Amino acid sequence: MKILVCISHVPDTTSKINFVENNTQFDTQGVQYIINPNDEFGLTRAMWFKEKEGATVDVINVGGPATESTLRKALAIGADNAIRIHTEALDATQVAKEIVAVIQENGYDLIIAGRESIDYNGGMVPGMIAALTGMNYLNNCIRLEIEGQNATAVREMDGGKETVTTPLPLVIGAQKGLVEESDLRIPNMRGIMMARKKPLSVLEPQHGDAQVQTIAYEKPAPKGAVKLVEPENIDQLISLLHNEAKVI
Amino acid sequence: MSVLVYAESEKGQLKKIALELASFGRAIADQLNTDLIAITVNCDNNELLGNYGVNEILTSSHPEEFNAQQYAAIVKDAAQKKDAKVIAVSSSADSRYLAPLAAVELNAGYVTNVVEAPLSTTPFHVKRSVFTNKAFGISELNTDVKMVGLSKNAFGMHENPTTPTVTEFSPTVNNSSMEIASVDKANDQVTIADAEIVVSGGRGLKGPENWHLIEDLASTLGAATACSKPVSDMGWRPHSEHVGQTGKPVASNLYIAVGVSGAIQHLAGINASKVKVVINSDPEAPFFKAADYGIVGDAFEVVPKMIEKLKSFQAENT
Ligand SMILES: Cc1cc2nc3c(=O)[nH]c(=O)nc-3n(C[C@H](O)[C@H](O)[C@H](O)COP(=O)(O)OP(=O)(O)OC[C@H]3O[C@@H](n4cnc5c(N)ncnc54)[C@H](O)[C@@H]3O)c2cc1C
Ligand SMILES: Nc1ncnc2c1ncn2[C@@H]1O[C@H](COP(=O)(O)O)[C@@H](O)[C@H]1O
Repeated sequence: MKILVCISHVPDTTSKINFVENNTQFDTQGVQYIINPNDEFGLTRAMWFKEKEGATVDVINVGGPATESTLRKALAIGADNAIRIHTEALDATQVAKEIVAVIQENGYDLIIAGRESIDYNGGMVPGMIAALTGMNYLNNCIRLEIEGQNATAVREMDGGKETVTTPLPLVIGAQKGLVEESDLRIPNMRGIMMARKKPLSVLEPQHGDAQVQTIAYEKPAPKGAVKLVEPENIDQLISLLHNEAKVI
Repeated sequence: MSVLVYAESEKGQLKKIALELASFGRAIADQLNTDLIAITVNCDNNELLGNYGVNEILTSSHPEEFNAQQYAAIVKDAAQKKDAKVIAVSSSADSRYLAPLAAVELNAGYVTNVVEAPLSTTPFHVKRSVFTNKAFGISELNTDVKMVGLSKNAFGMHENPTTPTVTEFSPTVNNSSMEIASVDKANDQVTIADAEIVVSGGRGLKGPENWHLIEDLASTLGAATACSKPVSDMGWRPHSEHVGQTGKPVASNLYIAVGVSGAIQHLAGINASKVKVVINSDPEAPFFKAADYGIVGDAFEVVPKMIEKLKSFQAENT
């Protein structure tokens, strides 16, 4: 089985969110980058397929040279090959099309992406990959078992979950639950050493047209101070929620 | 041309977010001076959309069960039939699942988490929330057909009575090789995704045996219950209740956090909620900085009093 895990390189949640160049660019200064958490759950699931079923696992990122440290981390966790498409994509369609070109070249049985990336929160790339390749797609995937050419997978939906069966190839949008947080792996010394020798190929992009361009960013207006109510005065809170906030 | 909304229903009844989406679609149709069309699947109360400015409803009775590929095909067919230039979808799990598939088929530029009606239609500029609601981006869509995903509770419901026509619609739906083996859905509970009010408990509640406080407060308010990550990690509550960066997002009207410290990863999931109330015994808890209203006090004293006061408030106001 050949697996491709899509890795998005995102600022750690605790990062300060600021913009530069007249509020048109994200300020990367002092920002720590990590593997998008949803992708890390997916990568860990892929490692189990590798260890138990002998799958090969490629990881891919569409991005500039700065993302290579994140791809190396994925190699240190255990991926076999890394691919970087050398372009700063402007939108999800561009990302998806670049990844699809690699899928068509290499052929995969399973494509794992994250439910969404925690920076731009698009939640689009895996669905677009599926639509562009004609593969079946399961989003919000919290369980995945594969036997031969068939998969059984569970999708979390609003207020419940659903189990589906589908033939491969398959694209999933991974999230917590696919593996648990305690299953995530921290690269060890041996992994890091081995990662240095593993192939990381840099490919030229196709340069498809972007459909969406973000032209500016804004920060929300600063929030007013909290209104504190004395614990003896709960009626006041209820009246504020009813008359002022109008939420009850 | 037209504007199209995919109006979701559950067990034959339109969801509230479908009405919010119709209101949003009406605003875009007004900007473009065109008709608003809604597409529904297996919906029994289509007429309700007439209260929210829909001019025409296409209604399909097939397929019976949700399948993202098939539903995307329905949305695509409806959009093409009605020459829709803007297609709006909600942020429910199902809509976010099918929308990218439909966007590719329609060659439409697509943005999610849109928080208000387009800032302009030529060029087409929309404001969306990014970085888990810590910032907004202004995006320009330069495709002929555009697709927008509306952030929940961002636009609100706006009545706008019309008398829509209802037309049976028979889309071309291919068979799917993906089969639903089973569905496991609690029927009676308010879900975090649909709830107007969410009551959430953190480690400050000390143990699962005290969760009746959260449950009673929630049932008094008709709210869904939620929890912080350590609470679900310790097995005090099911994982499906965990909210935050690694859990479910909450975009309710009111979010009440009891004994939750307000760590940045928790806030990342609940930032989109409109009004936040915090009950915490520590005046220095970071959550107070993110909250609109707060009580510094012991949950074990405050919550029972609050339930009692809410009940008398409700008795007076009904
Ligand atoms: C990568 C990563 C991802 C994470 N993702 C999430 C996430 O998605 N969601 C999430 O919630 N967390 C997440 N966390 C964990 C997060 O950082 C916090 O540790 C967690 O939110 C704290 O939970 P808590 O507020 O319930 O507990 P605590 O931090 O222990 O806070 C308990 C609070 O209760 C108060 N308290 C105590 N007794 C009482 C009383 N009698 N009455 C009233 N108040 C009382 C205390 O003052 C305190 O503020 C993540 C962490 C990491 C590193
Ligand atoms: N630039 C990228 N390179 C590789 N994979 C990506 C990239 N952007 C997004 N993805 C994948 O698509 C998922 C969803 O991202 P998004 O649609 O941006 O929310 C991520 O979790 C990744 O798995």
